[in-house]
Amino acid sequence: MALPLYATPGQRIWHYCYLTICALVLFFLVSPLIVVIPLSFNSAPFLHFTPEMLMLDPDGYSTVWYKSLFGMCDAEGASLWTSCTDKWKVGAFNSLIIAVMSTVLATTLGTLAALGLSRDHVPFRRVIMGLMISPLIVPLIITASGMFFFFAKVNLVSTLPGVILAHTILGLPFVVITVTSTLVGFDNTLMKAAATLGGSPVYNFFKIQVPLVAPGVISGALFAFITSFDEIVIILFIGGPDQHTLPWQMWSGVREEISPTILAAATILVLLSIALLTTLELLRRRSERLRGISPA
Amino acid sequence: MSTSPAKPGGPVLTADGTPLKTSLERSLKLSKLRALGLIVPPLLFLIILFVIPIGSLLTRSVDDGLSNKVLPKTLAAFERWDKTSEPDESMFEAVALDMKAADKLELSKLGTRMNYEKSGWRSLLKITARGLNRVEGPPYKPAMLELNKRWGDIKFWQSLGAMKDPVTLGYYLKAVDLQYDGNKNIMRVKKHNRIYQMLWWRTFLVSLIVTVGCLVLAYPVAHLLATLPLRLSNLLMICVLMPFWTSLLVRIVSWMVMLQRNGVVNDSLVSLGLLHDESRLSMMYNFAGTVIVMTQILLPFMILPIYSVMKTIPSSYMKAAQNLGATPALAFIKVYMPQTIPGVGAGCILVFIVAIGYYITPELVGGKDGRLIGNLIAYHMQNSLNWGLAAAMGTILLIAILTLYWVYDKLVGVDNMKMG
Repeated sequence: MALPLYATPGQRIWHYCYLTICALVLFFLVSPLIVVIPLSFNSAPFLHFTPEMLMLDPDGYSTVWYKSLFGMCDAEGASLWTSCTDKWKVGAFNSLIIAVMSTVLATTLGTLAALGLSRDHVPFRRVIMGLMISPLIVPLIITASGMFFFFAKVNLVSTLPGVILAHTILGLPFVVITVTSTLVGFDNTLMKAAATLGGSPVYNFFKIQVPLVAPGVISGALFAFITSFDEIVIILFIGGPDQHTLPWQMWSGVREEISPTILAAATILVLLSIALLTTLELLRRRSERLRGISPA
Repeated sequence: MSTSPAKPGGPVLTADGTPLKTSLERSLKLSKLRALGLIVPPLLFLIILFVIPIGSLLTRSVDDGLSNKVLPKTLAAFERWDKTSEPDESMFEAVALDMKAADKLELSKLGTRMNYEKSGWRSLLKITARGLNRVEGPPYKPAMLELNKRWGDIKFWQSLGAMKDPVTLGYYLKAVDLQYDGNKNIMRVKKHNRIYQMLWWRTFLVSLIVTVGCLVLAYPVAHLLATLPLRLSNLLMICVLMPFWTSLLVRIVSWMVMLQRNGVVNDSLVSLGLLHDESRLSMMYNFAGTVIVMTQILLPFMILPIYSVMKTIPSSYMKAAQNLGATPALAFIKVYMPQTIPGVGAGCILVFIVAIGYYITPELVGGKDGRLIGNLIAYHMQNSLNWGLAAAMGTILLIAILTLYWVYDKLVGVDNMKMG
């Protein structure tokens, strides 16, 4: 939004104030994420910028914390400040297993529901849709408490299947929402055209509907994955010692004492989220191109 | 060829001779069944693993069957008692017989439960259960009074009144600092024990401040994003979406690094000369910390709906208003702002709903006076193990949120919810 040539001085001042405010707000949004990255390369065990770091002295930086994150303690510096454990590795592994399993389940179930809900003449569509989205609305603390009572009865507390099922519930709404919104733009005459050309319903489904809906399914799956990968409340309530995930390690680490090792883990997670965001954006563009919508 | 020509005035027939109406109904039914076939498996999954657990929360919040199960004779004797005179031998006998017959585990659970009504019950039951094995009755009264003199305290007997029904609203009362007295009259708890009303109020206040804060910060940014050329606004959009996609714990950790006494914010303020070294701001482990961090975390939830509404407002409206003589400020307030109301409403309700149930953020950066109702639920779930109270608080919170959700649905429609 450029300022018109005839703007009065007052308008000019106001315009620059407005731009400054916007810049500050955007800075407020991003700064915490940016600050973490250089601090994770701190050579001293402090959580603030040391004078060496500010002078860009190479001695002020090191990858000690990344080594300790990956359980490597051969570096001399690391043994001073960090205990050598593979808890981060185990945590990452647990997170990955739980996230992948729950994503597969949530994507399958959510896509089924979305396909059903976007057909014509579905009875109680609004109620069912509301119900499907409700795990997103109900606070996690309430969901976790309710599931804890219920899972305790059926012996699912502190088990891997219990956590996976709980995370599936949390991922389900995302898949339902993204797939439904892809299906809204789906042109049903394509399926009819394919049928008149002699394709069997199953063949048509896989040849025509699946490629067009796939971006929605994949972005729903990404949402479900990141939800599970990032989830902590359910883990605290339902997970046992064998289900300690990456967020759990961060949670317990933060409660004891924040060490730069946590910042190293945080940096890796920030990079992961950037990768996911990029994937999602590419998918969105592809979907728009496939459906013949020029990028709006 | 089985095509029968439609008789004039008769029903319209399809190719195979069935009336069109029946044929249409049949295919409609079939398509409904197909859709349901797709919906039923995920729906069942959701009902079993989500709706029923939430339901079990509701039943637990009113369930008080344990006292009736363990102390049936005692509660029957309590009914016959006039609630003021000294308890007689028949009542002591009822207690003794109940306790002798009781399951050990259930008795200790009941002790915990009874302690909520009057503190002292748990140890009283424990001492009595241990001593009662040696007591040969009847009469039980002198022996039990000897075991513990609290049995002579009429207040303990009176407190049984709050437990005599298998369904209780006691946990709900407790959740708002009320309680039953012996005659099931509702009264306020003692002043120094009142915490929940304050916590509800604080939760509401934090959510409100965070919502207003988000709105104030989001509005100009959303406007900028909606009016900038696409290439530039896409670039800035990354700033909004990145925090949205970053792990919640990562964001909290970052804020802890920023807001510490020796953190980046304080360091920068000191080195800029805006702050003395000894008067560093404490922005963490308090109310301010909770508000700052929650505002940053929830800001994208406010920006995105407002942005998507602003995107649809043609810029020609503002130009037309100015053409008709309005100053830019007036045109903005009278023409532009009213059109953004749907987005503002959606964003506010969304942020408020999410904020009101927050638990992780206040737990980590809130300290003592930044704790919200969610933290108390977690405390009663995991530490004090007063699950009835946790369930009741959860239910109240849930009802508040579902009401807001309903309003949101009326305003925006859940189908219109979009991600990213």
